[in-house]
Amino acid sequence: MEQALSGVKVLEYCNFVSGPYCSKLIADLGAEVIKIEEPGTGDEARHRGPFPGDIPDPERSGLFLYLNTNKLGITLNLESTAGKKVFTELVKNTDVLIEDTTPGTMNNLGLGYDSLKEVNPSLIMTSITPYGQTGPYRGYKAHHLNIYHSSGQAQFSYSMSQNSNLPPVKGGGFLGDYDAGLSGAVATLAAFFKRTFGGTGQHIDISRQESLISLDRIDIGSFTNDTSMVERRRGMLGGLMPCKDGHVVVLAPQQHQWEAMVQMMGNPVWAMGEKCRDEFARSEHAEELQPLINEWMLERTKDEIYHLGQSYGCPAAPVNSTADVFNSPQMKERGFFADIVHSKAGRLSYPSASYKLSETPWQANRAAPLLGEHNQEIYCRRLGFSSEELAEMKTSGVI
Amino acid sequence: MKEYPLDGIRIVDFTWAWAGPYATLLIALLGAEVIKVESRKRLDHTRLRSLMTGPTMGNPDQSTVFNDVNLNKLSLTLDLTKPKAIKIIKELVKKADVVIQNMRPGVMERLGLGYETLREVKPDIIMLSSSALGSTGPERNYSGYAPTFSAMSGMAYISGYPDKQPSTLSGAIDTRVGTTSVFAILAALIYRQRTGKGQNIDLSSSEAISCLMGEAFLDYSMNQRIKERDGNADHTMVPHGCYPCQGENHWVTIAVSTEDEWQAFCKALGSPAWTKDSRFTDTQGRWQNREELNQLISEWTIKHADYEVTEILQNAGVAAIPTLRGDMVSKDPHIIGRNLFDEIEHPELGKRLVVGPPWRLSATPAEVRRPAPLIGEYNQYVLGELLGMEQSEIDQLIEEQIVN
Repeated sequence: MEQALSGVKVLEYCNFVSGPYCSKLIADLGAEVIKIEEPGTGDEARHRGPFPGDIPDPERSGLFLYLNTNKLGITLNLESTAGKKVFTELVKNTDVLIEDTTPGTMNNLGLGYDSLKEVNPSLIMTSITPYGQTGPYRGYKAHHLNIYHSSGQAQFSYSMSQNSNLPPVKGGGFLGDYDAGLSGAVATLAAFFKRTFGGTGQHIDISRQESLISLDRIDIGSFTNDTSMVERRRGMLGGLMPCKDGHVVVLAPQQHQWEAMVQMMGNPVWAMGEKCRDEFARSEHAEELQPLINEWMLERTKDEIYHLGQSYGCPAAPVNSTADVFNSPQMKERGFFADIVHSKAGRLSYPSASYKLSETPWQANRAAPLLGEHNQEIYCRRLGFSSEELAEMKTSGVI
Repeated sequence: MKEYPLDGIRIVDFTWAWAGPYATLLIALLGAEVIKVESRKRLDHTRLRSLMTGPTMGNPDQSTVFNDVNLNKLSLTLDLTKPKAIKIIKELVKKADVVIQNMRPGVMERLGLGYETLREVKPDIIMLSSSALGSTGPERNYSGYAPTFSAMSGMAYISGYPDKQPSTLSGAIDTRVGTTSVFAILAALIYRQRTGKGQNIDLSSSEAISCLMGEAFLDYSMNQRIKERDGNADHTMVPHGCYPCQGENHWVTIAVSTEDEWQAFCKALGSPAWTKDSRFTDTQGRWQNREELNQLISEWTIKHADYEVTEILQNAGVAAIPTLRGDMVSKDPHIIGRNLFDEIEHPELGKRLVVGPPWRLSATPAEVRRPAPLIGEYNQYVLGELLGMEQSEIDQLIEEQIVN
C-alpha cells in the first residue's frame, strides 16, 4: 500500500536511540531505510534490553525492536577499504543519510559530507550528535543523562517538584534521546521536501542538546531575559497530587475550570469563601487551601477523579503506569498498540503512532531486522556482488 | 534571495496555548507563511497569562510567552461566530496548503470548518487536528494541558525518584506534541507533492508522549513488568548521577560507561583510597553500593565548580556536563559559540533574546525573521493583498466587528 514516504530512500549509520528513532519515524511512514550495523556486535541497543525474562539476547532487545521497525538491516565495517567503497556505492543510491558518529569521524574515514556530495550531489546528510558539529563541546562525551541536564529541562521540573532537597532529575527512560531523533526527522523531511522543488542536497547538523533547549524555549526565554526569575512563581491550586491508589493531575488555569473542580469536589463550603474569589486570592491562600484539595483527592481513586473531573469540564488525569496505558479503553479503541511478529522475539505489542493520516496510515510492514538479515538482498541483488564475493567480505570482516 | 525549506507553503493556523503554536513556530522558522487566526473575543490565553506565571501580562501585545512561540507568524483577527468570517476563512483556505488546529474535537465542525467542508473548497488541503486524546474513542472529549498529557502517557510515572512523587516534567511536554505534529504535516506535504492528494491528520497528544518511551511498553508486553522511576540512575552505568558543586544550586552530571572510563575517572579524582575499595571494582558492585559511592563522589565534586569538574573529567575521557539552570543556558560558552540565541526587536517588548532554530541546514537554513505579531497586525495584508478585498469592504468588516 502506498504510504506518505513511499519511494524515499534512507541510509542509517546510527546507534542506540536518537538516530535510530529518527529513521524509524521515516521508515514507519513507508520510506526504505537500510540500517548499517557493525559486524559482530551491531547496534548498542541490542545489548541494552529489556529482554524477555531478562535473558540478554541481541535479537530480542525491546529497545532495539521498538526503534528499528520497518528497516532493512545490513552489516558493514567502515574502517576497511572495501567497506568504504561499498558505503560509497550505497550513498550513491540514497536520498538521505542519517549518521550519529562523533564530529570528525566521517571526515577521518574519508566519508564526510564534502566527499559524499561528490558522488551524490542531491544527498541530504543528517548528523545527530550530542552537542553538534561546531563549538567547544563538539568532542565531549555524553549520555542521555548529561544531555538532558545540559538543556535546562532538569532544572525546570525540579523547580516545580516537592523533592527539592534532592538533585535535579532527568526525564524518564531516554526521553531526551527520542527528542533529538524527532527533531532530526523534522529537519530531514523539510530538506527532502525542498529537494522535490528543485532544491539541492545539504548537510543538517542536529545537536541533541539544542533539540531539548528548543523544546523549553518559553521557560528558557523567561529566565534568559529576566534574571530576577530564579524560581518559579506558584500559579494555581491543584496540580500533581497523591490520591487513594497513586497520583492524579488536576488543573484549573481558567475560571470555568476552577468552578468545574469545585463542583467535582461537591461544592465544599471553604471553596465558596473570599479566599477562593479569584485566582489572585487563591494563589495568596494556596498554603491553606491546597491541603483541603489534597484531602479530597486522597479519598478517591485516580480513575474516579479522572472521569468525574472531566465530566464537569475540569482537566484531570491519572498518573498512568505502562500497564494503565496499555489497558486503557481509549488506547484500545484507537488501536494505539500494534502487534508485530518478529522471528526471534515472537509476537509483541508496540506503540504505533500518535498521528492517524487518513490517506496513508502508519503501518508495521516488518519487524526490526536481525543482525545482517538483508546482506544478501542488498549486496547481491542491489549492488550485484556474487555469493562468493559476499562470503569473502564476511571472512575478511567487511560485513 | 534567501531560500527556505518551506518556501511558498501557506498555513492557516487556528492553534493556541503551547503545543499547536510551537508546531506552527517550527513551520514558520522553516520559511512557510503562517497566518494565525485570532479573535479579541477569544484570545490565545498566552497573550495574557501562562501556566507558569499566572495572569501577568499587561495587554495582549506585551506577552513574552506569546512572543517566544509565535515568531515569524502573521496575525489575522476574525470573529468566527459570524458567517461572514467563515466565508473569509474558506477563501483563505483556497490559497493555503495546510490547516492546523488544536481545539477540542467537534469545535471546528460546529464552526463549519471541519475537514470535509474544507476539502470541498480546497480538495488537496492537509488538515491536522491535535487534541488531548485524539478525535476518536470514548474519552475523545476530555481536555488537558502538558501536565495531564505527561500523566496520561505514562511518562510522568517513570520520571522522578523511586519512592518519591512522579514528575510531570516541564512545558516541553507540549512542544514535543508540536514537534510530532510538524513531522506528520511534512510527511503529508511530501505525499501531496508526489500524488496531488491532501489528507486529514488526527493527533493524540498523550500518544505522542507515549511514543517517546517505547522500550518501557515493550518491557510490559514481554515481561508484564511495570517500569518504575529510577531518578538519575542507570543500572548499566555506575557512577551515573547528578552531583553537587561549589555554589548554591550548582550541579554536575557524570556518567561512566566502561571499565576504562572507571579507571580514568578514579585517576582524574587523584586515585583516593576509596576508589580501590573492593566493593567498587565492577559495575555490579558499584550498582549495589551506589549510595555510598555517590556520597564519596559528592564529597569530591562539592569542592569544585561545575565547569571545573566537567573539564577535569572530559579531559580524562569521561562524560560530564554542568546541570544548566534556565538562566545559565544563554551564558554557556558552547551555546555562545554556536550562536543559538537570536536577538529580536519587538515593538512593545523591546530587545529580547530568543532561542533560535534547533537545526542547522547548510543550504537552506531556518531562521528567526521577525517577532510575534501584534494582534491583528496583518489584517490588511491578508484581506487586502492576499484576498484582494477593496478597502471599503475591509472597513465594512471592521465596522461589523467581523474583523475584530
